[in-house]
Amino acid sequence: MSSNTEPITLLNAEGIYSANKALPLDVDAVDATALYRDMVMARRVDTEAIALQRQGELGLWPSLLGQEAAQVGAAHALKPRDVVFPTYREHGVAWCRGVNPVDLLGLFRGTTLGGWDPAANNFNLYTLVIGAQTLHGIGYAMGIVRDGDVGTGDPARDRAVLVFLGDGALSEGETNEAFVWAAAQNLPVVFFCQNNQWAISAPYSVQSKVSVAQRAQGFGFAGVRVDGNDAFACLAATEEALAAARAGKGPTLIEALTYRRNPHTTSDDDGRYRSGAENDAWAALDPIDRLRTYLTSNGQLEEAILEQISGQEKSLAEQLRSGCRALPNPGPASPFQNTYAELPWELEQQMNEHLEFVEAGE
Amino acid sequence: MSATSTRMPLAHALNLGLRHAMEADDKVMLLGEDIGQLGGVFRVTDGLQKSFGDHRVVDSPLGEAGIAGSAIGLAMAGYRPVCEIQFDGFVFPAMNQIITQLAKFHHRSEGTISVPVVIRIPVGGGIGAIEHHSESPEAYFAHTAGLKVVSPSTPQEAYDMMGLAIRSDDPVIFLEPKRSYWLKGDVDSGNSPEELQKATVVRDGQDLTLVAYGALMPVALKAAEVCQSEGRNIEVIDLRSLSPIDDKTLIESVERTGRMVVAHEASRTAGLGAEVAARVQDAAFHSLLSPVIRVTGYDTPYPPSRLEEDWLPGLDRILDGIDRSFTY
Repeated sequence: MSSNTEPITLLNAEGIYSANKALPLDVDAVDATALYRDMVMARRVDTEAIALQRQGELGLWPSLLGQEAAQVGAAHALKPRDVVFPTYREHGVAWCRGVNPVDLLGLFRGTTLGGWDPAANNFNLYTLVIGAQTLHGIGYAMGIVRDGDVGTGDPARDRAVLVFLGDGALSEGETNEAFVWAAAQNLPVVFFCQNNQWAISAPYSVQSKVSVAQRAQGFGFAGVRVDGNDAFACLAATEEALAAARAGKGPTLIEALTYRRNPHTTSDDDGRYRSGAENDAWAALDPIDRLRTYLTSNGQLEEAILEQISGQEKSLAEQLRSGCRALPNPGPASPFQNTYAELPWELEQQMNEHLEFVEAGE
Repeated sequence: MSATSTRMPLAHALNLGLRHAMEADDKVMLLGEDIGQLGGVFRVTDGLQKSFGDHRVVDSPLGEAGIAGSAIGLAMAGYRPVCEIQFDGFVFPAMNQIITQLAKFHHRSEGTISVPVVIRIPVGGGIGAIEHHSESPEAYFAHTAGLKVVSPSTPQEAYDMMGLAIRSDDPVIFLEPKRSYWLKGDVDSGNSPEELQKATVVRDGQDLTLVAYGALMPVALKAAEVCQSEGRNIEVIDLRSLSPIDDKTLIESVERTGRMVVAHEASRTAGLGAEVAARVQDAAFHSLLSPVIRVTGYDTPYPPSRLEEDWLPGLDRILDGIDRSFTY
């Protein structure tokens, strides 16, 4: 596997596929239309959410624009029993995992600190503290090992953990602790780093002198560097790494080299730290355009499919708009009720005091 | 003393509590630095790896955030991890995981997931240790919603509270008074322990309520004995649960005695004593004959151990605090 080399591309910027021995992919078995559809839908979630933020319906939104191939490619490598630990930008992964896209908005609207049941789709809650989720993934992977759900050879049983992180998280001590644990305990975990090159305003050069993938070597496991705007390469690398993890062969760090084309969040002004020319160069490498060119030139994207996707997009947009506004405000008792599994009597007293106060004000 | 009762030091009682919890539930597992072959630097986990194997008693890499963070993931995967942090002053690298993650998961998930993690920390001074080995970080944890914070003072309490903490669906910070590890007492493993959030009146009295916890309990009881010989009848309460605080028991007591002294090793400012004093004056202002007096460590870093005997609230300082209460 490559580490500090050029990232592996299977589907180039012109939409032409070429096999690469370093990263095998059974391209005939890939449902490229499904990949395309999910990337389009992920982008639509993002576009609608940004619009909702502009309309004052959301307090904040971290955009994924440009990272659709990395997220959807990686997500398509998952099996239902695999477990995902995301950051706060994995809207495309959430979409592929079957999380209701309206539920993604609650955290950013301020109706919830979570938004979905992490166990329902094996997709954990977003993590705002950079790198913290890497260690949760480690613990979960330890649980998988102790459950005997790794290396059995039974595809219905073996499972793995897919941890998402950004390039900034590589600088956090906790991420490095996670790498130490994963290696030392040979855990069934894949770290998928979307190197979008910017940790808010700090470029990757502030974080590291070597590539993300190369850093894995120091911890004692494989690092692979792929073109993060190439859904095929992201899918192939994640499939291979997850298969190794499920088989008991330990962790992998995948670096998907991509670019965050929007500001860090809707509150950020990226004009203060980077050039429009850089952004234009990456826009020319758009992951969705690339896959569409491939599909079109292979005759796989007929007009009927495009129309169908377009219809699904429209109904998704409508679902997000009306769903966002309909998200229920949390009840005044909810913080008290959910702080502990067993409500302490004193907190119950504080809750009652508060409810009385709230009711008196109504 | 029942048939199941045996005399043992507090550290052994903790070990027995862990052993019985692991026997009762195969999802209970231990992780921490040096807890396996070595049995922990205080031997609290002695022999457990031999009995339960290295998949249930895990010698972790040296990383406190990793211990706390991986415990969260294990809890999400259905396990009940009990972590050991080697010393109080070394819990701080794990604070991010404990405060921003562990304490909040139940809340963030709107109750859909629980993270039943116990974090054991040997705490406090009085053993002649060097820097970072004698601290009392309880107020940091007690200030964080979502955590339970407890500290036992006797071997029986240690055994009972360990079982209760592990069975709790909430994260529990379990503070072990390290200078009491060798304190001996009877442990009845067939005991039906009280709930975790319960203070205990360990000595009845009418003249003043003395509140303490952990390593200061034997000192508080000694102070009450000394006062008895001087004709003052002191009621002594073991707080046990530092968060949530069982203020019902405190208030009931002070309504009878009219006076309260609260003692702890931790620094005074924003410490547990301040919380106890505030609650008591809020609920029982008219019963108080004097202000609630705090006898605490000072607002300095924990001193070099050659000074700790003077620095720590000992018998004389507690007696002085009691005397001050009676000057009103």
